[in-house]
Amino acid sequence: MITCLGDTFFPDVGVATVKLLRRLGVTVDFPQAQTCCGQPHFNSGYHDEARTLAKHTMEAFAKSPLIVTPSGSCAAMVKLEYPELFHDDPPWHAHAVAFAKRTHELSDFLINVLKIDDVGAHFDGKVTYHMACHLRGLGLVNEPIRLIQKVRGLQYVPLERHDECCGFGGSFAVRYPQISGAMVTDKTAFIEKAAVDAVVATDAGCLMNIGGCLNRNGSKVRILHLAELLAQQ
Amino acid sequence: MTNMNYAQHEHHDFLNASAEALADPTLQKALVRLTDTLMAGNRKGYAALADSSDLRDHAKRIKEHTLAHLDEYLVQLEMSVHKLGGKVHWAATAEEARKIVVAIAQAAKCRHAVKSKSMTSEEIHLNPALEKAGVEVTETDFGEYIIQVAGERPSHLVAPAVHHTRESVARVLSQHLGETLSDDPKALAMVGRRVLREKFRRADLGITGANFAVAETGTIVLVTNEGNGRLTTTVPRVHVAIMGIEKVIPRFNDLPVFLKLLARAATGQTLSVYTTIITGPRQPGEVDGPEEFHLVLLDNGRSKVLATPFRESLQCIRCGACLNACPVYRRIGGHAYGGVYSGPIGSILTPLFDSVAENPHLPHVSSLCGACQAACPVKINIPHMLIGLRELQHAHKPSRLERWAYQLWSMVLCRPRLYHWAIWAARVILGRRAKAGWIDQMPGPGAEWTKIRDFPAPAAMPFRERWKELS
Repeated sequence: MITCLGDTFFPDVGVATVKLLRRLGVTVDFPQAQTCCGQPHFNSGYHDEARTLAKHTMEAFAKSPLIVTPSGSCAAMVKLEYPELFHDDPPWHAHAVAFAKRTHELSDFLINVLKIDDVGAHFDGKVTYHMACHLRGLGLVNEPIRLIQKVRGLQYVPLERHDECCGFGGSFAVRYPQISGAMVTDKTAFIEKAAVDAVVATDAGCLMNIGGCLNRNGSKVRILHLAELLAQQ
Repeated sequence: MTNMNYAQHEHHDFLNASAEALADPTLQKALVRLTDTLMAGNRKGYAALADSSDLRDHAKRIKEHTLAHLDEYLVQLEMSVHKLGGKVHWAATAEEARKIVVAIAQAAKCRHAVKSKSMTSEEIHLNPALEKAGVEVTETDFGEYIIQVAGERPSHLVAPAVHHTRESVARVLSQHLGETLSDDPKALAMVGRRVLREKFRRADLGITGANFAVAETGTIVLVTNEGNGRLTTTVPRVHVAIMGIEKVIPRFNDLPVFLKLLARAATGQTLSVYTTIITGPRQPGEVDGPEEFHLVLLDNGRSKVLATPFRESLQCIRCGACLNACPVYRRIGGHAYGGVYSGPIGSILTPLFDSVAENPHLPHVSSLCGACQAACPVKINIPHMLIGLRELQHAHKPSRLERWAYQLWSMVLCRPRLYHWAIWAARVILGRRAKAGWIDQMPGPGAEWTKIRDFPAPAAMPFRERWKELS
């Protein structure tokens, strides 16, 4: 599952995910009917529209035995919210529960399903890691760090307040640009302080926000999705 | 409105208040220091308990059970207090509660009230009502005393004067007391002690909140770090405790579960310095305690919430952990929220107790990062409730344009070909503005985004096209 932001803004992340999974012996398919998981609608309180998109997404992946997504936020939407969205609709609720079980965020899939923490990646440089908020919700607190630390040639530098939100929050960033801006300004200051070549995250939203701020400040730090890091050899 | 002192007013302009907070370097420093310290405490506090997650689940279940049987437990509490010789008063609204307390003070001819910290009394704006009735009121929690003297509202559930520095405290108290005080924190605390001891000595009415009230025994529990709760409930001849109806717990045996969690969640302490457990007024043969004990049970919107999907918010034990964990509270502080309760839980309670329509910003002032829920001792799903309030807002005050936009967007997303075309159109329109993959000025609502940071340009080829080369 690549979903909307990855598809539109960060297709390289999708390509890296496919290459990585294939390298690990996984057969990958991309159902073309997929678009967006419905999280923006859900978070803004438009639950009817979110249900429509949830149904669309579940139908798009009806034939997929396992769904892997390089996005903590889409995974959290599917795993934590889909079942509840259909709490009073038994047939769809059953679908949603089964679908939630079949869906995995990338680091969850690698560590907890494939049971691999060394994917044979190589990266020359210093790297820090920003934890996306939805990984807290999914309980994936250590998985990405375990994967990063196994990358050859890489020097891992822990990020100060690594689990604090970067200030993206979807419509939040547009509604309250000053508050969101204060958050991302602090985040990028910590990243600069870590003096790294790249900052790694697992979500397109964080990458847009942190990357946009780093770029505005003329920073030399690259943004990398975990999949892009792990795909490198 | 310029130069509005947001510390003194409710129902204000959120955008201005938060902008002022962001531009106040002293406040920013104080917020970072406080939230860092308390959050480190919260994490350490939970980590020190081998079973903290289970204990939090257990506490949540007790609260769920109590709220499901709230009517029964409140009546049981009333009977227990009555048996001990205390009186229970039911207040449906803030106004009723104020009238009840004023009437108690007048009947007992009380002139000097001391208060230990109580958010519930802040919620009902008790002090002005008592003062109007000729009762002198003194807040005895040092932080509360400072903001009372300054004429402000609390900016944090457990650290009400966090927005002050030692310099501003010295200034406020010097002006009030008519002497020049040093800004040494210890010296200031000694001044507080000197002034407040005198107030305690003269007090004939003690007013407190209640962290917990035990239905089975009629016991009121107060936790404080300064011991002012104990003095407030033992020196004056009349004690009035005001509590929201959701603060009742069924049994005395439930108490340790919450005491183990409350201080750890709030500050990381194993227990607060003082835990005051009061079971009724002074009994024959006892050497201290008040002659009269009154318990005011405040509804003020709570029973209305009980019958909604927002019931979970009534599980809150007011520890303040969600404020400390919140990256938004950390930057705008408590006053910007405009209500008595601030931070993530305040963004739920203020609209629910007050008005959804008059607090349009609060449900949205969150990136839904979930740090609040992770820190909450009863694991309240605060993000879900904020989203629920956003949904409720659409029913109260629908924005047709916004609804239409979301409907159109979901319609497009359900048609992959149309969606594909929309990405293409976005690339054509935005592509012209892009420099090396980033856009520094977006049109429409995106302009707010690019005030602060750049926006990524849509990729030349979306993933769904790249897939062809991969398969």
